[in-house]
Amino acid sequence: MIPPPPVDLGALLPALIVFGTGVVVLLLDLLPPRTKDHLGGVALAGIVGALIGAVTLWNHETRAFRDMVLLDNYAVFFHVVIAYASALAVLLSIDYLRRNGVESGEYYALLLFSTSGMMLLASAGDLLVVFLGIELMSLSLYVMAGLFKARLASAEASMKYFLLGAFATGFLLYGIALIYGATGSTNFDRIAAAAAARPRDSMITIGLGLLLVGFGFKISSVPFHMWAPDVYEGAPTAVTSLIATGSKAAAFAALIRVLTVALKAAQPDWSVLLWAIAVLTMTAGNVIAIAQNNLKRMLAYSSIAHVGYMLVGLVAGGAPGAGAVLFYLLAYTFTTAGAFGAILLLERSDGEAVEVGDYAGLGRRHPVLAATLGLFLLSLIGIPPLAGFVGKFYLFGSAVRAGYLWLTVFGVLNSAIAAYYYLRVIVYMYMREPDGDVRLVPSFAGGVALAIAIVGIVLLGVMPAPFADLAQVAVAPLVR
Amino acid sequence: MTLPPIGLLTLVTFLPALGALLIMLVVPRHQEALLRWSGLGVSLAAFAVSLPVWFGFDGGDADMQFEEILAWMPGLGVGYHVGVDGISVLLVLLTTFLMPVALASAWHAIEDRTKEFVIAMLLLETGMVGVFVSLDLFLFFVFWEAMLIPMYFVIGVWGGANRVYAAVKFVLYTMVGSALMLVAILALYYQHGAATGTYTFDLPTLTRFVLAPGLAQNLMFLAFALAFAIKVPLFPFHTWLPDAHVEAPTAGSVILAGVLLKMGTYGFLRFCLPLFPDASIDFGPWVYALAIIGIIYGAFVSTVQPDLKKLVAYSSVSHLGFVMLGLFTLTQPGLVGAIVQMVNHGLSTGALFLMVGMIYERRHTRLISEFGGLWAVIPAFSALFLIVCLSSLGLPGLNGFVGEFLILVGAFTINKWLAAAATTGIIFAAVYLLWMYQRVAFGELRHEANRRLADLTPREWAVLVPVLVLIVWIGVYPKAFTAKTEASVQALIAQVEIKASVARAPVWFARQ
Repeated sequence: MIPPPPVDLGALLPALIVFGTGVVVLLLDLLPPRTKDHLGGVALAGIVGALIGAVTLWNHETRAFRDMVLLDNYAVFFHVVIAYASALAVLLSIDYLRRNGVESGEYYALLLFSTSGMMLLASAGDLLVVFLGIELMSLSLYVMAGLFKARLASAEASMKYFLLGAFATGFLLYGIALIYGATGSTNFDRIAAAAAARPRDSMITIGLGLLLVGFGFKISSVPFHMWAPDVYEGAPTAVTSLIATGSKAAAFAALIRVLTVALKAAQPDWSVLLWAIAVLTMTAGNVIAIAQNNLKRMLAYSSIAHVGYMLVGLVAGGAPGAGAVLFYLLAYTFTTAGAFGAILLLERSDGEAVEVGDYAGLGRRHPVLAATLGLFLLSLIGIPPLAGFVGKFYLFGSAVRAGYLWLTVFGVLNSAIAAYYYLRVIVYMYMREPDGDVRLVPSFAGGVALAIAIVGIVLLGVMPAPFADLAQVAVAPLVR
Repeated sequence: MTLPPIGLLTLVTFLPALGALLIMLVVPRHQEALLRWSGLGVSLAAFAVSLPVWFGFDGGDADMQFEEILAWMPGLGVGYHVGVDGISVLLVLLTTFLMPVALASAWHAIEDRTKEFVIAMLLLETGMVGVFVSLDLFLFFVFWEAMLIPMYFVIGVWGGANRVYAAVKFVLYTMVGSALMLVAILALYYQHGAATGTYTFDLPTLTRFVLAPGLAQNLMFLAFALAFAIKVPLFPFHTWLPDAHVEAPTAGSVILAGVLLKMGTYGFLRFCLPLFPDASIDFGPWVYALAIIGIIYGAFVSTVQPDLKKLVAYSSVSHLGFVMLGLFTLTQPGLVGAIVQMVNHGLSTGALFLMVGMIYERRHTRLISEFGGLWAVIPAFSALFLIVCLSSLGLPGLNGFVGEFLILVGAFTINKWLAAAATTGIIFAAVYLLWMYQRVAFGELRHEANRRLADLTPREWAVLVPVLVLIVWIGVYPKAFTAKTEASVQALIAQVEIKASVARAPVWFARQ
């Protein structure tokens, strides 16, 4: 008789808290009152609870469900990043949904389910858990992208995201199947052992390639980035913020673990592939972003470029490279969520204020918001002393250390190109006269979100050492 | 946890930023006069605090003084390390001196968004002083990049008609240069770490490290040199400068010419020469060539400018060519001359921009052809303008002569043809400046509008007199300034030569 598998829910604690809160939100949705603001509060409480739960689990390594779920420092670090990403998304959603007349309880429930999927991805120790996490995360996001049912762009975003996402998941699954076929396991450690015994096995290499297609879609690296601009543009801005930060961080969490633990033996293969993908991704992202007039599209291409930078750290490899990616994801989450948040707080009488022309003279009309958005943009460029600069410094430092000099040169030149389109927004905000009827929508929750993000990028920029050290501790389980 | 005592240099560096923060939080937007006075007050306070650095500085000591070291990112070897030697102390003082002058000059020129202007200028001051006092490559890079943003706003918000183009061009040029410098900084960091086991960005530590000559050193030198050459600007990287200078408001031009360009030459002095001595010697002839081209080309282009501000802008290309020539002669007179010339250019060109700004505020044009015969209408302005022009073209007795003379002495010891070619630049400087002056101040009063021009106001006197005092002082008694710098220059040259000769002997490039 097969013994029942050991059950240790402790390893799933943060994800379970979030998931449980999601169920509670669904139930509360059925009860009065009709306004749904309190559900946002409940969701936020759940996320904060998961955040606290995750932090208390720091340095308490546990493995559960026959090593399918790992709760090590690496997972905890990502739990924190994801919790911040989704907490910011919730804060941004609260007034935004009411403003757009789409308040609904199931939105918060979906957001929480998606978050728990992301957390599951971060602690996945098995390819099947990776698959589960990706599906839980993505299916919720597909629906959330279509939240503005009446708007064509939102429906298009949802449809496109779903179709292409499902397609990419197919690749991922096929890759998992091939690797299972070659190694006889879906567990990372056992794959690593089997792969080390069978060097240059073409089935593993093909499986790796297919996995990279699947992950490439989730992190929106070139050439699997096509969906990102349309989805980012069409989806409600709060959802866009979550797609750009939380889902990306989660996909990176799983990707890094799969590559550096399970497929460590194939490093020569994947580092060459990722080298090329990194150069293509950052160059395409930055060059196409120059031509964008819609801020959400511009930030979509910018986020593609940032994925390219992060892949540089992954190529560099080892603890320094992976640690740099973790730090960068933390910095990137605050910066990008902040930038989307600032955009979300503005509106025109006939809809969202997302054209760059809408930002003309913002520095004169709303000096505080303009300065806030300006700081996020400067951090995205990588101007010290903000988080984006330190993040790039660690990434490119790890690449130089590993001897990838040309990759670094591509990276820094790309950051210089990127300066152009970010500065363009600042030009509009401060060097053009106001026109049109753009106004700032007062929102306490949104203000809190921006304040958290600002504190984040300044703190990470001025005092990066403690956080970078934490990132190094977090990647220790991967490289031992 | 006890806070470490705040050192003098930290105070000089961060006082303006602190003032900017206070102004941002406390002073209301519509209190324009209060904003101007508080901005001026903060910059004067920073100048006052920097005076003890100047007077307390021991010119006989070549080492870093007023040093402060704090761990910042110990895991990475990044420290908050600041200090001044005989080279940077002059530039720190130049910065703190020019900032109140620039702010006072903008009293009526900046009417729109005064609050943001004052804050941007003060943040700029923190960035510039920070660049000059940093003794840690990471810290230096932080200030170097951070300083870009306030300058970008100063040009882009308060500049002329084509300001946005000029501002973006300025930032992009500088960022491309510094991007590669970042790679070189990292490469140097890991080379040093791999060779010695100590991973650090500390400049004095890295300076003691002898880097093997060859491709790696050459590439690192070129990456640093590109960043600095764009900033100087060395021909052919100068094309951002006329745009930025012409579009910037007067106060911005003064700071740009007075201090920002010096960050490029200072970078060569502080980083390229001691860190990459072999490459510096090897690439010396290339720098000479570009410097000479810059000197002559800048002068020629200045001569034919119809616009006063453009003329002054291009004259900077010529003057900075002299500085670059002096630096790479690697001789005592050449280097001392170059450092003095950095200060001189800051004062003379700063004063030229101030006076062009004053005449522009009166007539709202800068075209030379719109003037003529001004001496009869505004004699005080014309007389001071003459002194400033003469100082810029290097008349003995004024500051410009000292620096150029020493640079030419240095160049002469290297190669007499080099000195001869550079000397033509001085002649051309006389041509374009005096010809311009003649067309502006002498001759008949051709334009009715000029008849009613008002002469210098008390505020303008107050702005110009301190600069003129220094112009005469350096011209008459340069020793007060060169004495502070000589020991450090000697030590620098010795260091370059020792490191270069340790790494390889003999040096193929024969120098007397």
